[in-house]
Amino acid sequence: MTVEKITGDNENLDNFPVGLRVLAVDDDPTCLMLLDTLLKKCQYHVTSTSHARVALKMLRENKDRLDLVISDVHMPDMDGFKLLELVGLEMDLPVIMLSANSDPKLVMKGVTHGACDYLVKPVRIEELRNIWQHVIRRKKFDSKNQNKSADQLNSNRTSGEGQGNQMTSNADQNGKFNRKRKDEEDENEDNGNESEDPATQKKPRVVWSIELHRKFVAAVNQLGIEKAVPKRILDLMNVEGLTRENVASHLQKYRLYLKRISSVATQQANMVAAFGVKDSPFMRIGPFEGLGDFRSLAGPGRLANAALSPYTTGGMLGRLNSPANVNLQNLTPSALIQPQNLSDSINPLGKMHPVPPSANQNPSLFQGSPSSLELDQLQQNKCATGIVNFNAVDNSRMQTARTISSSDSMVTGAPGNNPMMLRGNYQQSLSGGGFPNQPSHNTVSFNPDSFNLLNGGIIQSSQMQQPNSLLSTEPLHSQRATNSTQENNFSNGFYLQNNPIFISSTSMALPLDDSRDMQCQEGLVGDIQNITQTPSQSWGEQGQSYGQNSELTFSSLNAHAPSSQSLDQGSGILNEKMGNFVNGRLGGGASTLMQQNENEATESRARSNENFLLEQPKVTGGFVPRTYDSLDDMMNAMIKREQDETIPNCDFGFDDYSFGPSI
Amino acid sequence: MQRQLANMRQSLFDQGYLDEQFIQLEELQDDANPNFVEEVVTLYYRDSARLVQNIEQALEKNPLDFNKLDGIMHQFKGRSSSIGAKKVKIECTQFREYCRSGSAEGCKRTFQQLKKEYATLRKKLEAYFQLARQVGPVEKACRSK
Repeated sequence: MTVEKITGDNENLDNFPVGLRVLAVDDDPTCLMLLDTLLKKCQYHVTSTSHARVALKMLRENKDRLDLVISDVHMPDMDGFKLLELVGLEMDLPVIMLSANSDPKLVMKGVTHGACDYLVKPVRIEELRNIWQHVIRRKKFDSKNQNKSADQLNSNRTSGEGQGNQMTSNADQNGKFNRKRKDEEDENEDNGNESEDPATQKKPRVVWSIELHRKFVAAVNQLGIEKAVPKRILDLMNVEGLTRENVASHLQKYRLYLKRISSVATQQANMVAAFGVKDSPFMRIGPFEGLGDFRSLAGPGRLANAALSPYTTGGMLGRLNSPANVNLQNLTPSALIQPQNLSDSINPLGKMHPVPPSANQNPSLFQGSPSSLELDQLQQNKCATGIVNFNAVDNSRMQTARTISSSDSMVTGAPGNNPMMLRGNYQQSLSGGGFPNQPSHNTVSFNPDSFNLLNGGIIQSSQMQQPNSLLSTEPLHSQRATNSTQENNFSNGFYLQNNPIFISSTSMALPLDDSRDMQCQEGLVGDIQNITQTPSQSWGEQGQSYGQNSELTFSSLNAHAPSSQSLDQGSGILNEKMGNFVNGRLGGGASTLMQQNENEATESRARSNENFLLEQPKVTGGFVPRTYDSLDDMMNAMIKREQDETIPNCDFGFDDYSFGPSI
Repeated sequence: MQRQLANMRQSLFDQGYLDEQFIQLEELQDDANPNFVEEVVTLYYRDSARLVQNIEQALEKNPLDFNKLDGIMHQFKGRSSSIGAKKVKIECTQFREYCRSGSAEGCKRTFQQLKKEYATLRKKLEAYFQLARQVGPVEKACRSK
């Protein structure tokens, strides 16, 4: 796979379409080579890979350096349509499907999943010469959406009125929400200029940035989740260009996410109960009761893992907790106290917003394997709504601060949460780098309670993140057709962000930076990764230092907090940490933890972490890192877990860690 | 010798071994990519060896897993068509037909045919490339439809 870094201008319209940055994904080497050459012949900048997971990673880390994605439909590691959805949700990039199969059913599937185009192999160069139109079209739509203004609205109103009905019908055709008249006008505003064929126009997707999501969550919390109606939320948010529909669909996702978290939490609670409670430190926090012995969890842990699969990080935490009880104890008192807050409720999480990016730092502590990055992502997804609040906070930095505290809580109180987070991270990271550390499974132990809180946020994010799986599997599909992508994007990003908060709070003092570095290295998408990382980190830390290092970890985490790097990194690191963590746990990570902590301190820690992580498995010997193929896998795993608590680790999309026995 | 090369090439088309896609490959070959066609074909054969093996193994099972076979063949067809291997592609299509109708005999028979075409094409292309190399890298066979 070759990656071409385009350091040039993004919008080089002068020379367009020359220089169009395309990502080509095809598992068939022959076809990939051909496609690559064809695209280069069109004078595009081509990056090609044969793995969908790698593609996702690249997309996440180079979001603004790629214009278009061409992907094969049939791929072994991930279904092309899934990738399509994920890309649409997270990055809002045009995706062209490619297949040797010209079956209209498949073509339709591509269309419903949001593909801009569907090409049949063997693809000819003439067809490729025209793909730039999709990029332009999308850009136009997006800019239109952003340029919404009262004037436009007014002008569109008149035209919209005439088209109102049409819009409605179009909306229906497109699977968009049923819009009210005024909404249609809003829509018209976006599509007004292209009203020739409204049916073919898509409302520009609203990307739910962290800021936006934060506002959203704040508004929802203010109104109360029960009473939160899109109109009121919209008013509270006071964001220009946002429509009620955007908010409505986003709210829908958010609600789903919350439900998911709570169900997961319940699951965790069950699992925890099954495992038994361990260590007072955890007990103290309360929700961590379930953490119990890792070993014992190992067996059931698998189940837990299964259940938590999405929460891999959480699982990790769980494990960490049990043996890590010691660690917890070492946790700084303040940290412990913090958890209380976390465990209180999701809302408090909102308060956590200010969580410092320490979370980011935490990741570094984690040393987790690069896979942890994946985990992070997973975790992020898993984050409970509470985390979402955090995430809303602009950066993982906040998280880190929070994470430290929350992490403590996480660690102590909500081992479950952490595992989740960790898991998420792992998954994410796993997918990224196939690092051996895949704490995901390890996370078996999780505190249901804390889990809820923390996980809530993470879960949310994870949900969002995962959005790949979650969103894709859920009604999002239809949403996708409409503007769900915005939401999806939002959720993904948002949640992911949230995760970091959790993670960091979970005592992941791990320097997020490191994880972030790792992430960057891994190339994981930022937010999600960061989020996941932190938790993973903390978890990993926990596991590793079992107690001795825990303090170190925390301190290091805290230290790093300020240096929180981009979420991406953080998460990556977390994952890594997680990986390490996992390994550490198994192999008596105390030393590792120490090492990790130290490593964390350095920017290049990420790398060292990676190495560390990689080494970890050897140390522990018990781990069989599992790489999560994608968020989808994680989500699926999550879903699976929820459905089937006793799902063995293997079921998860992630690689199985053979934690159990080895622990 | 150039003429010989051109004739050889032309016969490949005339006999239906190659189709227009091969021409596309040739078009992609330029100074920056002087051996593109050969590279792609080599890659094709290298990767496909595994596929062929998979199919053979799958064909030995009893009962046949037609879905799986269809899936493998789909991929094989895709890449065969990408390099312009016309006859191979035709056999792939035939094979998939038999898969869909659930005819084990048909599949096995077609697969034997496919392997034959696959091997024949390989030999012919190898000879072609060899000659092309002798003729000289600058030499580009002129396309004749």
